[in-house]
Parts: sequence; C-alpha cells; structure tokens
Amino acid sequence: MSLDKDTVKNIAYLARIRVDEAQLEPLAGELSSILDWIEQLQELDTDGVEPMASVAAMDLPQRKDVVTDGNCQTAVLKNAPDGEDGFYTVPKVVE
Amino acid sequence: MTKLTDLTIAAARDALAAKEFSATELTEAYIQAMEAGRDLNAYITETPDVALERARESDDRRARGGHIGSMDGMPIAMKDLFCTEGVLTTAGSHILDGFTPPYESTVSANLRSAGAVMLGKANLDEFAMGSANITSYYGPVKNPWSAKVGKDLVPGGSSGGSAAAVSGRLAMAATGTDTGGSIRQPASFCGIVGLKPTYGRCSRWGIVAFASSLDQAGPMTQTVRDAAIMLGAMAGHDPKDSTSAPVETPDFEAAITGNVKGLTIGIPKEYRMDGMDPEIQAIWDQGVEWLKAAGCNIKDVSLPTTKYALPTYYIVAPAEASANLARYDGVRYGLRVPGDSLDDMYMNTRGEGFGHEVQRRILIGTYALSSGYYDAYYIKAQKVRTLISNDFKAAFEDVDAILTPTAPSAAFGIGENQDDPVAMYLNDVFTVPTSLAGLPGISVPAGLNKDGLPLGLQLIGRGFDEGTILNVASVIEDAAGFQCKPGKEA
Repeated sequence: MSLDKDTVKNIAYLARIRVDEAQLEPLAGELSSILDWIEQLQELDTDGVEPMASVAAMDLPQRKDVVTDGNCQTAVLKNAPDGEDGFYTVPKVVE
Repeated sequence: MTKLTDLTIAAARDALAAKEFSATELTEAYIQAMEAGRDLNAYITETPDVALERARESDDRRARGGHIGSMDGMPIAMKDLFCTEGVLTTAGSHILDGFTPPYESTVSANLRSAGAVMLGKANLDEFAMGSANITSYYGPVKNPWSAKVGKDLVPGGSSGGSAAAVSGRLAMAATGTDTGGSIRQPASFCGIVGLKPTYGRCSRWGIVAFASSLDQAGPMTQTVRDAAIMLGAMAGHDPKDSTSAPVETPDFEAAITGNVKGLTIGIPKEYRMDGMDPEIQAIWDQGVEWLKAAGCNIKDVSLPTTKYALPTYYIVAPAEASANLARYDGVRYGLRVPGDSLDDMYMNTRGEGFGHEVQRRILIGTYALSSGYYDAYYIKAQKVRTLISNDFKAAFEDVDAILTPTAPSAAFGIGENQDDPVAMYLNDVFTVPTSLAGLPGISVPAGLNKDGLPLGLQLIGRGFDEGTILNVASVIEDAAGFQCKPGKEA
C-alpha cells in the first residue's frame, strides 16, 4: 500500500496536524513502509471471525442516571491556555 | 548494614516495622540517590517535598499505632502518565506543557492509600509510544547498565524512566503502564521485574490514554515478591473505569510458595523465530531446565497467529490512539499555538505539540479508520485479534503458564534502531500478543549476556491468574540468583 503526498496531506488535515510541505514526501515513505508491513494481515482468512473490540469478558456496567460529579468549574478551567469569565476561548468561528 | 537504597519492599517493610529506621530516613536516602542519579534522566519532575510530607505521615501513623498499609513508607517513582493532583503531568509530551491535574488517578490514589511515598514523575516515551524511551520531549533516559559496555544504552520503553529508576536505585519500585510491552521490555533491558496484569485488574481512570482496549498499569520492582506486594496495592475494582473488572483482589504475595511441582508450562514453537539471537535462545532453554528441575511439566504448544500480532497491534493501537489524542486541541489544557482560525490553531498546536513518532501513529490510525479503509484495516485487525486470543485460549486448555523470552535482544545503544520504525516495533514481538489477548505477563531477570547485560524471561498466565505466574517467576528468580548490579557502584 503506497501513500502519495496528497493522501498524506489529506490524512494530516483529517487529524488536524500541521505537516511542513517538505516533510510530506518522507512521511509518505515512512507510512507506506509501515502499511506495506501491515499488509501481511491480508494473507489470513478471517471469514466468519467476530471482530474483537474488547478483551473484557463482561457486559458494560450500568448505573443510575444521576449526576455523580460537577460544580467544579474553576478546577475544570484551571489548565486552559486561555480562558475568560468561566469559559474556554477559541479563535473567532462566527463572522 | 545494607544501604537503605538496596532494600526491597519486603525487607524495608520488616525493618520499618522493627523501627530500624524511619520512613523519613528511607525517603531521604532515595531523594539523595535521585539527585545523584540525574544523569540517567529517569525523572521528569522530582517531588521531594511531597515525598517528605508523605514519609512523615507514614512515620506518624506508625508512631500512633494507626493502620499501616502494604506500601507504607515505600518511596516509589510514578510514571508520568498517571495524573497526580497538583503535580505536573506531561506524558512526555510538549503538548501537555504545564498541565497540573486537579485530580488523582485511581492507581496512584490506591498506592497513596496503601502508604506509598511518591518521589517524582518518571520519564517515558511520549504518550507511552516507543520501545527505547527516545521519543520523550524531555530527552532520552539512560540505562544504568550503560557503564558495562562503555556506551549509552536505552532503558527500553515506554516505561523507561521507571525501569531505570528502579534498576539504578533511584526508587524502591515504580509504576509502569503496558500497552504492547511497555512494562515488560524495559524491565528486561534494566534487569528488574515488570508485571503487566490482566486487562481490567487495575483501573485506567486518570491514566493518560494511549490505546484504551490495551492499556494496563502494573508494578516495576527489584523482586517478584515486591511486584506481588505492589500489585496488591494498585489493583481493585473502580466504578470510574467501565472496563475495570468487578473482582476481588487476591493476596498475590500468598501465591508465591516456591512450589511449582506438577504445573504444566507451555513453550510456544512460533516464538522460536528465524535468526533469533543464540543468547536469547540459550536463556530461554535455561529457563526450561530450571522449571523442569523444580518439578514442572514442559509441553510444546502452538500459537499459530503469533506472526500477525505485531501488524495487528500497529492497526489497533494507532487507531485507538488517534481517537484518544483528538482531545489535545489547544483549548482545554496544555500547549496552544495561535492560528488565524480555529482549524489553524488546532493544526499549529498539534503540529508543534506532538513529536514525530506520535504524529506517525496518529496518521496511521486516522488512515486506518478513514472511510473506505475501515474494513480493510481496522475490522481486519480486530478479527485477527480474535484469532490471537483464541490461540491462547486453546493453549491454556493444556498448560498453566507459558514461558517465552521477554524481548528479542538485550538493551541497545541510544541512537540505534532509529531509522526504521518497523525495526523498532519488533522489540515487542514477544509481548504484544499477550496484550492483544488481555492476559497477564511478567518479565523476570534470568541472566546476563556476554556483554554483561541483563536478559529477561516472560511468563504469560490465564486471565486473572497473576498468582501462578508470580509463583513460577519466583522459581526462575531463585534459580537464576540474578543480582541487579548495573556496575556504577559495583
């Protein structure tokens, strides 16, 4: 599986990671070599095999639908790189 | 008298009970060792004040006859992947610059309740992604055994700072986390014991997430008995982690009887790889002989899907990582690199904040989960994971534990194996299958190679049967008579 520069550029955008134009080509090479190596999985016949999402042999537990936490706005916002009046701030998104 | 920093948890427990020294004296000895050993770069953040405060609390408890926990007064290093209230938590990444959690992870809180004293936060590969501790934003960790060969060796990874701290006696024990081998491989490289418990044994709550279906916390210690004591303090059901198993925590230490007569130990033929290092093969054969001599039955077993475990892991783990690491957006915590728009800000922050290996894995994961490739990669890998898990289920019909090498080599030099990502991934060839199946695995030091560097053997157990592998590992430990003497003070 060989990835070209444009595909890598698109994946990087999907992942919201800025990659320098000059890095796209070498990165495409690295990712392609990893995917080539992963390609061997196709040798295996997995027809009818259930996909395994979790090894925990149990049903996910349920609990009462009640508030268990909260009222800690200051603690929640304490690590924000930029905050104002009890809110997170981001660059302007509405014109 | 033995140096305080040479004591095991078990020995220090007795000595503290006999009031031979105080927890404060013990902690002070470790703080000095930590400062003297800074060239190893094992710690990202030292917390001597926290340590001394907890040591004094421990001494107070003892003085007034209060409840004494199983780790009371024991100075440990905390892998910097565990969120610690009021103490910088970095995950070895630039993107978590300045992050000081307002809460404590369940495992570190459990250890604190058991009386443990935190010396500091141990270095690690960025977001626990790596096998050599060379991807940390805070620089590589040096293996204490480097002196043996006259060049700087890696400690393994990702729990490299934890392993180096225990091996170099900068901590009595340390927490690690293991997603594909990150406790066991560095334990092998540094000549210590590392135990990855069954998935679900220890709560993942408050541990910076890498791959949620694989991540598991565990102890890194000088001895097998210490690993049993420390696991007991870390484990336990936690409603805050929905994958935490609602099971009782057994007395792991009581499982170490030294009697393994009649147990059947499996030797998986697929782990005899082409071109395997003869010294690794030799130590593995030696392990078999020791267990035979102790009365175990040895049985060849087959785990036919073994060769597909690594490529499976390198789909599953990056896929989960790409989702987990989406939270680092420059808005809620850590680094923010400004941009003209919200998207620009995200991209600048994540471009600058994540290191190369982390970016590579997020991109692989994003690709594997993207429309049109999801079935071919992600679902395919999940199906192969089922086959790998079934292999182990079938093998454990016939055997009580499985013996393998921990890693395909001894510690290598800093800077080696760095050009080819796949070559680096091969470090985890013997540990990844266990992780995919969620089973417990322990690495125990078994001997030295011709350069005088430690080699570990791995025991794999049935789910929630850490007791058996601890017991078998203790027999190997006794037979090997291994001394963790990295050479600096020897």
